[in-house]
Amino acid sequence: MSKGAKLKSFLYEHIYIPLRILAKSKTSLVGLIIVSVYVVMAIVGPMIVPLDLTPHREKRFMPPSLEHPLGTDFAGRDIFAQIVHGGPPVLRVAFLAAFFTVLLGTVIGIASGYIGGKVDLVLMSFTDIFLTIPGFPLLMIIAVWLMQSRLPVTEPIVALLLSITSWAGLARAIRSQVLAIKKEPYIEVVKCLGLGRFHVIFKEILPNMMPYIAINFMLSSIGAIYAYTGLLALGLLPYSPGNWGAMIHMAQAYTGTIGTGWWYVLAPSMAIIILQIGLVFLSSGIDKIFNPRLREE
Amino acid sequence: MRWIVKRAIIALLTIWTAFTITFVLIRLMPGNFIEMMILYYMNTYGYSEEEAKELVYALYNVNLDEPIWKQYLDFITKLLQGNWGVTYCSRAPVLDCLLYALPWTVFLLSISMTISFVIGIGLGMFMAYRRGGLFDGACSVISSISSAIPNFILGLLLLYFLAIQYPLFPARGSYDITIEPGFTLEYVSSVLYHAFLPMMAYVLTSFGGWALAMRGSTIRVLGEDYVIAAEARGLKSRRITWTYVGRNAILPLFTSFAISLGYMFGGSVFIESYFAYTGVGQVIGLALSFRDYPLIQGGFLLIITAVVVSNFIAELLYGVLDPRIRRGGGYE
Repeated sequence: MSKGAKLKSFLYEHIYIPLRILAKSKTSLVGLIIVSVYVVMAIVGPMIVPLDLTPHREKRFMPPSLEHPLGTDFAGRDIFAQIVHGGPPVLRVAFLAAFFTVLLGTVIGIASGYIGGKVDLVLMSFTDIFLTIPGFPLLMIIAVWLMQSRLPVTEPIVALLLSITSWAGLARAIRSQVLAIKKEPYIEVVKCLGLGRFHVIFKEILPNMMPYIAINFMLSSIGAIYAYTGLLALGLLPYSPGNWGAMIHMAQAYTGTIGTGWWYVLAPSMAIIILQIGLVFLSSGIDKIFNPRLREE
Repeated sequence: MRWIVKRAIIALLTIWTAFTITFVLIRLMPGNFIEMMILYYMNTYGYSEEEAKELVYALYNVNLDEPIWKQYLDFITKLLQGNWGVTYCSRAPVLDCLLYALPWTVFLLSISMTISFVIGIGLGMFMAYRRGGLFDGACSVISSISSAIPNFILGLLLLYFLAIQYPLFPARGSYDITIEPGFTLEYVSSVLYHAFLPMMAYVLTSFGGWALAMRGSTIRVLGEDYVIAAEARGLKSRRITWTYVGRNAILPLFTSFAISLGYMFGGSVFIESYFAYTGVGQVIGLALSFRDYPLIQGGFLLIITAVVVSNFIAELLYGVLDPRIRRGGGYE
């Protein structure tokens, strides 16, 4: 096969067919569109819409108008621009947290299942502990601690923090899959051929884990967005203005006392809700790509 | 029996890990938090060093003159004796603060959880029986949306639109403070009236998850041989629905429900904070924003213990409910 034909068949198998499966279900398609729009907005939006954070006393709490499509906030700043500029950090943290979660879960799951013995016992007791410690309260405590300690709270650190509470379920699922695969005859064959551990883990076991990895990537990004915006809404993470969770925090603090400015409450809320709905729909579609049984005829 | 002992050990290990995390976090904070607190009391309130130390000793259950491992052991023994330290804000014992709030949280969340579980189970079974149809499609979408909406956002929207903008419901508190608490109709209805919006926020964002899980579980059971056999034997369809399909489909969900009952004791920080509901969640929320470490620590330990215990009970219960999974030790 020539290089061009190889690329073509690769694209056909890994891009075209999955997209066709997605397109068959309306909800998955809607999810894909929503998520794509958010991603494009996050990349292109900040270049087009300038963010002006200087307070304007005379423009406080102006309702939506042509000049300010989503109105202005408590300091007279355009809400639309803040929503546009608030997207990239949320998406970056969600992506990074999902990546760390999958990485931790996969490495621990495969190590535990493949090596077995004492390593397995130790790793799985550890996993069980993390499965039962309630995630959100733990996150709140660590977040307060981080804030109080005056360590730099960067996006990768927040993402790592969010992944601490979410890798355990994946690790368990992967471990039991590895245990099942290890007994398959073809692994014996591969071992007899003299191919090393490296080959078995990366060429034989890992590809079989893709369904779990993909769906867990989606689910943990949904969880990460909830936790990240939630911690910000509680005011437990240092924030920059324009971050959606921080906007909810401010909206809650200001409009609760004044009783005006429904647009300030609604804008960040809808930004988060629609993104979450898109991700949930898309992840059901991704589930369908990997599990043919779930596809509706 | 070996299995139970094993699970019990893991449960204790989990609680112990949580103890240790909170202890270490507070003790090993950069710039040592405890010493900062002593300086704070000395500078702000003009305490002498001895007095400040004594106060911090009461706050954190740690005696600074002793080595850290001894402080740690001391901390655990005091906790076990019911001395959880005192709060910053009011100097009231932490345990009293939490125990005052607990009944409110249990009331609010046990009802909300049961309602969303029952709605979810009913809807999920219905969807499974009508799968592929218009009703199933519509309900699947609604359930997905319900599970996607973060509860703190729905709580805020309900609060803003139904309590502040259009004041149909009270915005704050767990009952009308002008009414004398007691078993009177007036008091009980005031309590229910105040609980309505927080419950809505909880139920609307959590029934969807149960419904989708129940739908999947029911579809799985419907494909089982014993259901087909029951149909072939000509059993009444109502009997098949409840005793053959329903009971088996609920089983896996029942465990998750039992586990989520454990989370109940921590309350919902968001919902209770927004509605100023006097539950554990609000106490923890306030403690977090005032950096009231002893109270944060106490609340966290309460949650951990409740979750771990309910997890343990759920696992035991599952063995009782489903004899098929009763098995010897080991993980497989």
